[in-house]
Amino acid sequence: MLDIPLDIQANLPVLIVLTPLLGGVIATFTGRGVLPWLWSTLVTGVTFALTIQMMMTLLASGEPFISYELGNWPKWWGIEYRVDLLNAFILLVVAGIGFITTVYARLSVQDEIPDDRHNVFYAVWILAITGLLGITITGDAFNVYVLLEISSLTVYALIAMGKDRDRRALTASLRYLILGSVGASFILLGIGYLMMVTGTLNMEDMHNQLLRMPDLDTNRTILVAFALLVVGLSLKMALYPLHMWLPKAYTYAPSAVSALLAATATKVGVYMAFRFLFGIFGVGFSFYAMPSHFVLLGMASLGIIFSSLTAIRQTNAKSLLAYSSVGQIGYIVAGFSLANPNGVAGSIVHIFNHAVTKGGMFMALGAIAYRVGGTDMKHLRGLGKRMPLTAGALALGGLGLIGFPLTAGFISKWYLVSGALDAGMWQLAVVVLIGSLFALVYVWKIIEALFFGEPTGRTAEATEAPLSMLIPIWVLIGLSIYFGVDTSFTADVATRAASSLLGGLP
Amino acid sequence: MTELLGIYNYWIYIILMMIGFYGVIAKANLIKQAIALGLFQTGIFLFYISMAVVDDGTAPIWTTVGDGAVKALGPYDNPLPHVLILTAIVVSVSVLAVALAIIINIKWSYGTIEYDEIAAIERATEREEGDADA
Repeated sequence: MLDIPLDIQANLPVLIVLTPLLGGVIATFTGRGVLPWLWSTLVTGVTFALTIQMMMTLLASGEPFISYELGNWPKWWGIEYRVDLLNAFILLVVAGIGFITTVYARLSVQDEIPDDRHNVFYAVWILAITGLLGITITGDAFNVYVLLEISSLTVYALIAMGKDRDRRALTASLRYLILGSVGASFILLGIGYLMMVTGTLNMEDMHNQLLRMPDLDTNRTILVAFALLVVGLSLKMALYPLHMWLPKAYTYAPSAVSALLAATATKVGVYMAFRFLFGIFGVGFSFYAMPSHFVLLGMASLGIIFSSLTAIRQTNAKSLLAYSSVGQIGYIVAGFSLANPNGVAGSIVHIFNHAVTKGGMFMALGAIAYRVGGTDMKHLRGLGKRMPLTAGALALGGLGLIGFPLTAGFISKWYLVSGALDAGMWQLAVVVLIGSLFALVYVWKIIEALFFGEPTGRTAEATEAPLSMLIPIWVLIGLSIYFGVDTSFTADVATRAASSLLGGLP
Repeated sequence: MTELLGIYNYWIYIILMMIGFYGVIAKANLIKQAIALGLFQTGIFLFYISMAVVDDGTAPIWTTVGDGAVKALGPYDNPLPHVLILTAIVVSVSVLAVALAIIINIKWSYGTIEYDEIAAIERATEREEGDADA
């Protein structure tokens, strides 16, 4: 472990949020040129280093969690930050992807955003990462809502910045804003109802108070809170059929933003669902007293099938991947709604695996947009000859989406199918197989265009993407292959986090 | 009956929220949608404020009484939801600001803020793209 000053070590949890929060505000004043990008690379890099240190501290301490009280207020009055294995892992993913996409963003942003707006772009960019990290680390229910709105507002702005390439970015962003705000308001209402019954906002305290209620399963207030939270969270994580905001938002956002969002935003939504359903309400209430198996599994299965079918019909590779993301959220939700060790572990592993795979693929599409000017199938045609490394990364990522053996996607589907069979839900195993089959079709569409078409127009003159884009792309795609072969780290963390979630530890 | 009337502010919160929700879904004018969203969120503020109420409660003022001890003046409303809603109001103002900024940009690039007209323009764009592909 690095030798770092004690005050940093003691205040690690809050520094993970404070560093990008202040860094984001300062980024506004970095002026023009390359400085805003350099600054954000520094800030996200430091944040990433802090999350690594956090993970190592947690593993070295041997404790189930590290609790941090903001401003030394006792946790039932003030805000508690609580880091356990699950959110240390999610923090690592969000900060890591944040750092890699920032490194990648320089040329893409230069190409897509007017010069005089770079400082604002990077400021909002860092604040979006701040919000996502904050949601993940906090142990206070109301704090979740506030940070959720910080990340959502910044994301709306980031999507709208795609307006200089395609004005449809504006309508996509407004649509997301309205649906996202309604979803967040449902979450706020749900937290309010929970506070009415429990009288606290601390998640652990809430859980203990709820367990003490004799009429937990029939109390109308708790049922309403549960319903509101499930709907609000489903909207935020784009669970079918509440995904309507996602495809257009991902398609018209600037390339770097699509990569960041696809890899982190909906995943943090899923993490919130973990915290609320497993942490606060507890497995017994969420999955046995309530018909969540039926509802969530049903929605997830419909999502896997229908959004994969829609993905096949897309002519723009970016919206193809966006619809595929809705399907992949289906796998993640299906995994945790099984509420058994393999299912939940599969869900956690898939959060990571899908983040690196999709992040890498969206970055590859960004590199293609940078060289060719678009991501329609006609732009991709024959690109395998002109940009072999970018096209190769896209193809390997596609194999991961299908769940091909030796890619990370295979590991998550393996856990998922085992979880489904453990629960006696062979139907879900069938859905996963059908989904993989459809994934094969839409990934083949991309591969066919890339390697078996003849380049026309700007594609014919395209050259390989610059190194500053290729390295981040291949880091993520490489990770998705590496963690498909050597699963010891991800699978170990996921299994341990899953057993602590199912053990009812908030 | 008195039970239903006694919680009338909860009724008002539900009604306000549903008017807002209806506006968000049914209105084609983007500004009206933004206003409806504001109404929707305001309903929730009323809910939080209502749940703070304590019978005969006043403001939470603690003061020094005769024997030097610091005591509350009487039963007081729970101040925590009020503080939370202060934060939520700030959030809702920011949401409205971002929404209006985007709507202004939509007006500049589409020339209209009616959702059905914008949708027609976008469908036309998609058809052109489809023709260019063929």
